[in-house]
Amino acid sequence: MIPMKTLYDKLWDSHIVHESPGQPALLYVDLHLVHEVTSPQAFEGLRLAGRTVRRPERTFATVDHAIPTLNRDLPFKDPIAAKQVETLRANCKEFGVALYDLDRIEQGIIHVFGPEQGLTQPGMTIVCGDSHTSTHGAFGALAFGIGTSEVEHVLATQTLPQSRAKNLLIRVDGELPFGVTAKDVILGIINRIGTGGGTGHVIEFAGAAIDALSMEGRMTVCNMSIEAGAKAGLIAPDEKTYAYLRDKPFAPKDEEWDRAVEHWRKLPSEPGAQFDRTVKIDAADLEPYVTWGTSPEMSVKISESVPDLADARDDGQKAAFTRAYEYMGVEPSQKIDAVNIDRAFIGSCTNARIEDLRAAARVARGHKVSGRVKAMVVPGSMQIKRQAEDEGLAKVFVDAGFEWRDAGCSMCLAMNDDVLGEGERCASTSNRNFEGRQGRGGRTHLVSPPMAAAAAIAGHFVDVRNWKFNEQ
Amino acid sequence: MKPFHKHTGSAVPLMRSNIDTDQIIPKQFLKRIERTGYGEFLFYDWRYNSDGSLIQDFVLNDPRYSAASILLAGENFGCGSSREHAPWSLLDHGFCVVIAPRFADIFYNNSFKNGLLLVTLDSADVEWLANEAATEPGKPLTVDLEDCVVTDGQSFTRTFKVDEFRRHCLLDGLDDIGLTLQHEAAITAYEQGRFEAQRNAAV
Repeated sequence: MIPMKTLYDKLWDSHIVHESPGQPALLYVDLHLVHEVTSPQAFEGLRLAGRTVRRPERTFATVDHAIPTLNRDLPFKDPIAAKQVETLRANCKEFGVALYDLDRIEQGIIHVFGPEQGLTQPGMTIVCGDSHTSTHGAFGALAFGIGTSEVEHVLATQTLPQSRAKNLLIRVDGELPFGVTAKDVILGIINRIGTGGGTGHVIEFAGAAIDALSMEGRMTVCNMSIEAGAKAGLIAPDEKTYAYLRDKPFAPKDEEWDRAVEHWRKLPSEPGAQFDRTVKIDAADLEPYVTWGTSPEMSVKISESVPDLADARDDGQKAAFTRAYEYMGVEPSQKIDAVNIDRAFIGSCTNARIEDLRAAARVARGHKVSGRVKAMVVPGSMQIKRQAEDEGLAKVFVDAGFEWRDAGCSMCLAMNDDVLGEGERCASTSNRNFEGRQGRGGRTHLVSPPMAAAAAIAGHFVDVRNWKFNEQ
Repeated sequence: MKPFHKHTGSAVPLMRSNIDTDQIIPKQFLKRIERTGYGEFLFYDWRYNSDGSLIQDFVLNDPRYSAASILLAGENFGCGSSREHAPWSLLDHGFCVVIAPRFADIFYNNSFKNGLLLVTLDSADVEWLANEAATEPGKPLTVDLEDCVVTDGQSFTRTFKVDEFRRHCLLDGLDDIGLTLQHEAAITAYEQGRFEAQRNAAV
């Protein structure tokens, strides 16, 4: 009997170019996304070896990490960042790679750009020199982050040697309660399985609560698979996936579209397919989450308090808790909604899509950002920026006192001028609360877009489920 | 890539869990377009105060460990971003081996591609080595990739597991791209759709 296959098994099997015993399989790469930070040394490697880009038509670049989100018409203040962007321009020109530069409406965070242009499609293998490539798994594509040597490898060969990962199924059953978003789903999952919980596995997210998410929400969930240590995250494609892709610029057209959809419909895991592990989560148990520490697993529900040392699972975690209390300036047993903030950041490849901005604007409408808070909204792409302006969301943010910026990674990793000061505390919709991530000595609390907007207005974390919404 | 067979050196204990690549090399140093020269930025925020002075009680600033070439660390070392600057900075600083109970996936790949050997041992064994390194700084440790053994030449000897293909590449210093290009014909065949049947059968 032929064993039933998971979605991951199908993606894997359909991309094997070569296999021999005792060696990793050689997988074909359908789409390679490139940005300025992890590519210069890879292109340089090609040049030194006299190699070319094997499939420039499968390679797409944009700028996002190191670029400013203000005053783009002026020369960069940072000459090293300017050189890095210049280097990408020169490399794309030399090797024939399409670059969506700062002057393009398509420019944006690479993991917002790919889906928005319809480059990301079900059944594909997708790589990028960025760990949050897992985002694209929301379309039922096998997508994972790679290092610069691997970027060079893909540029030269359009393949990657890979070892097969294990299958982990995470089912989120039931209906998400009011005020609980995709961000809370993934923070809740990481809280449960830990930052190493997915190591060696590809996670498939399934269940009624996942099915009910929009494509934007699914991207948020898959985006942070890497924070659970997983190789990749996946969600089976369905009618929502096809509807999202239908009119995107690079989506297949006419009969090609029909053929593609027919193929995509065969991708989902078969009933009875075997997973190496299964984790079940009841959606009704989830609440809005806030991270309190310096690892994405250090989170609590908004109704809870910072954990005590006694709650740590072992000595290693005890030591990590102790260090995190000190770095974050929080006390064990402190109510999380009593924590005041200085900054709010709504943006990043996790939460800067139109739906995220709508959800945050709904909270912000008719309110004012607290006098002690500096808050900013950084759209995921220039296209989203324009759409948000057309929908009146930008005005809601500006009227409330948020800064309204151009698209980029911005303060998610703070490679540009958007940086937390020493000791500043931020409600952030990004993905990593590591020490110094948003600036040396900066304190990051990960939350959903509505929770970040509410915290910006209240000046401290609040339960968005009790918010006073001013509807239009 | 430089081949790796056997390394003898002293170890420095940095027994924190979840040491992420933002700690290994902070983002402000990722704007350079070179592969070299990152050693001075390794663990920058833990090594230096804001004014650039040394943080005296950070273990890498302890002169007794200045010659260490083996790093001992806690669970999930190298988690976070895909920046290959992390292994570049460790190597440039003079580390040849990292020993920990578990490594993050992308960091693991990046390290082996650059000749940095990552050895996975049980937590208890890493703790034991860390205690030894703390009580007797400079004590030599040998990591042998041919036999897959870590030993202090006295009471401690442990074998470790490493993927056979990665071991082979590291022992011989093989270039991955060169190896893959031996399968050029298969790549071309795949691209020409001669794998159509495979694709269809797979789904």
